[in-house]
Amino acid sequence: MNYVFEFGWLAQYYPQIVKGVLITLELIAIGAVLGISLGIFCAWARALGPAWLKPIVATYVELIRNTPFLIQLFFIFFGLPSLGLQLGELTAANIAMVINLGAYSCEIIRAGIQATPKGQFEAGASLAMSRFETFRHVVLVPSLQRIWPALSSQVVIVMLGSSVVSQIAAEDLTFAANFIQSRTFRAFEAYMVSTLIYLCLAVLLRQTLAVLGGFIFPRRLVR
Amino acid sequence: MIEFSTWDILRNLLLATRWTILLSLVSFVGGGAVGLLLLFLRISKRKMARAFAKYYIELFQGTPLLMQLFIAFFGLGLFGVDVPAWLAAGLALILWTASFLAEIWRGCVESIAKGQWEASASLGMGRLQQMRYVIFPQALKIAVPPTVGFSVQVVKGTALTSIIGFVELSKAGTVVTNATFQPFVVYGLVALIYFALCWPLSKSSQILERKLNVAHRNH
Amino acid sequence: MSLIEITEVRKSYGTNEVLKGINLDVAPGEVIAIIGKSGSGKSTLLRCINGLETITQGAISVAGAQLLDDEVHLKALRLKVGMIFQQFNLFPHLTVGGNVILSQTVVKKTAKAEADAMARKMLDRVGLGHKFDAYPDELSGGQQQRVAIARALAMQPIALLCDEITSALDPELVSEVLAVVRELAAEGMTLLMVTHEMKFARDVCSRVVFMHEGRVHEIGPPQEVFSSPKTPELQQFLGVH
Repeated sequence: MNYVFEFGWLAQYYPQIVKGVLITLELIAIGAVLGISLGIFCAWARALGPAWLKPIVATYVELIRNTPFLIQLFFIFFGLPSLGLQLGELTAANIAMVINLGAYSCEIIRAGIQATPKGQFEAGASLAMSRFETFRHVVLVPSLQRIWPALSSQVVIVMLGSSVVSQIAAEDLTFAANFIQSRTFRAFEAYMVSTLIYLCLAVLLRQTLAVLGGFIFPRRLVR
Repeated sequence: MIEFSTWDILRNLLLATRWTILLSLVSFVGGGAVGLLLLFLRISKRKMARAFAKYYIELFQGTPLLMQLFIAFFGLGLFGVDVPAWLAAGLALILWTASFLAEIWRGCVESIAKGQWEASASLGMGRLQQMRYVIFPQALKIAVPPTVGFSVQVVKGTALTSIIGFVELSKAGTVVTNATFQPFVVYGLVALIYFALCWPLSKSSQILERKLNVAHRNH
Repeated sequence: MSLIEITEVRKSYGTNEVLKGINLDVAPGEVIAIIGKSGSGKSTLLRCINGLETITQGAISVAGAQLLDDEVHLKALRLKVGMIFQQFNLFPHLTVGGNVILSQTVVKKTAKAEADAMARKMLDRVGLGHKFDAYPDELSGGQQQRVAIARALAMQPIALLCDEITSALDPELVSEVLAVVRELAAEGMTLLMVTHEMKFARDVCSRVVFMHEGRVHEIGPPQEVFSSPKTPELQQFLGVH
């Protein structure tokens, strides 16, 4: 192998990379907040919601979990306009991520709800709370705390999976890498650098979520 | 412009699905073999081996599969080899799958009670014998549901190989869309085909897990 | 000539020293009860003899086999001493017979037929020959523990270590296990047992070791130790005032 590594392009192209990182971060921030919210709603619907809602949510969850994110993205970005729904690439990317994370976090949060000791529901009922009030005030927070590590991992997975939004020309970190390699023909270096950045983002995101978990759930779970 | 019937579209997609299935199988089997090796390193007594496996897993789980595909595709090219897309796709997917399976299996091995290690050690078994006769047979049973569950991720992961130009179901979807200008129908069908491949796997994983839990409760 | 020689054994977990220089020689055929409060280091001592814990300082040898931290020496040592655990630790995926056969064929490379015959003999000895094809989860705790004893005996050890082997059992199942141990003692097996069964210790043991804060605090024949404890710690432990 007589290939010479060359990273001189970094000086010229780092603004693209910074922009890409920011867009990736923006995508995951919006995706995580809305996705987990959607997940909480769906988990409530599947575990405790009205009977007519359960099969609808179940179908949504199964459809999303059993198809590739890339195809979900293409369907939203390329497919929906034929129904008259024209979306910008960032909006499409955001919607795809929210829908995707919503389905996964639904199942994770539902497991947390199902692990709630029965006594908690009974205690809520005995205090004359409605089923929804019990869920909202008694069950939800400990359930989220129980599955916070799994939920955090899923957020990281979705962040890494977001690299495919470059395929609908959303200008994320992967888009930047593609752009740079097409200009400099330094494909290997460009992808190496962006891979390392992704790795750092993943580690940072995981730690941020762990710290955040400590803030949201300051007390240890008692059984 | 040639008119495509829905049947034409579906037929083309189904033909490409063969490659999705083949690539999934290769990745899963190859990933399983490499994953087993990684598992041995990960639970080895040697610190170096453990650290290597740990960082390998961290690296492959902490970076996008798409980047791994790009690096396999362009990186192998640096060695002067003209890399066909299928080779880069297979290689990257095998290495990626291995990192996840190794970690899943490590969880299963570690869930075996410490007393099993101690009892077999006190009977004079060496480490390999403990694994072979006492730990693995028990770990294998609990490893089946999550392993089947992960196979779904592998099938979905193959979709990314379309981006480096491997012609499987997703790539066929793009090609057919470009020919028919019916993205809604085409990507809808592509999604349904993936669903038909993945859902049985998801479902059987759930059923197997439920069975295992029932068996455990009866102990 | 001692069978088990424990010399100045020390064991620490980080800065916490749980064994602070233990000396103990066990003659062939002796039955030794190790008593003491939880945390006194009695279980740790037993686990050290079998190499389940690595000792920080000192030496242990069993019939000439030195305790050294490598697989060859550990195996040689473990072939001489068997161990019975509080939680039985039977292999749940194997039948009772399979449990007793496995280590014979795998470790000692005994022929299958021979190992099978040995397993049946040992299971008969603990009164469970008829359970050969049962699985561990089909047995009571007392039966499981007796299988564990048969499993250890099938390796033909010259000494057995028993780590609170009746503590996890329902009270009504304790006696069937102790009866097996009593028989082994009568047959001349060397036994080291950590136990809370004081009556059993008094009746069966040749010596009683009282451990306190990582040291052998008092040692002697059971009559002496139980009837006239010398140290206030032992008096308190036995509830004598």
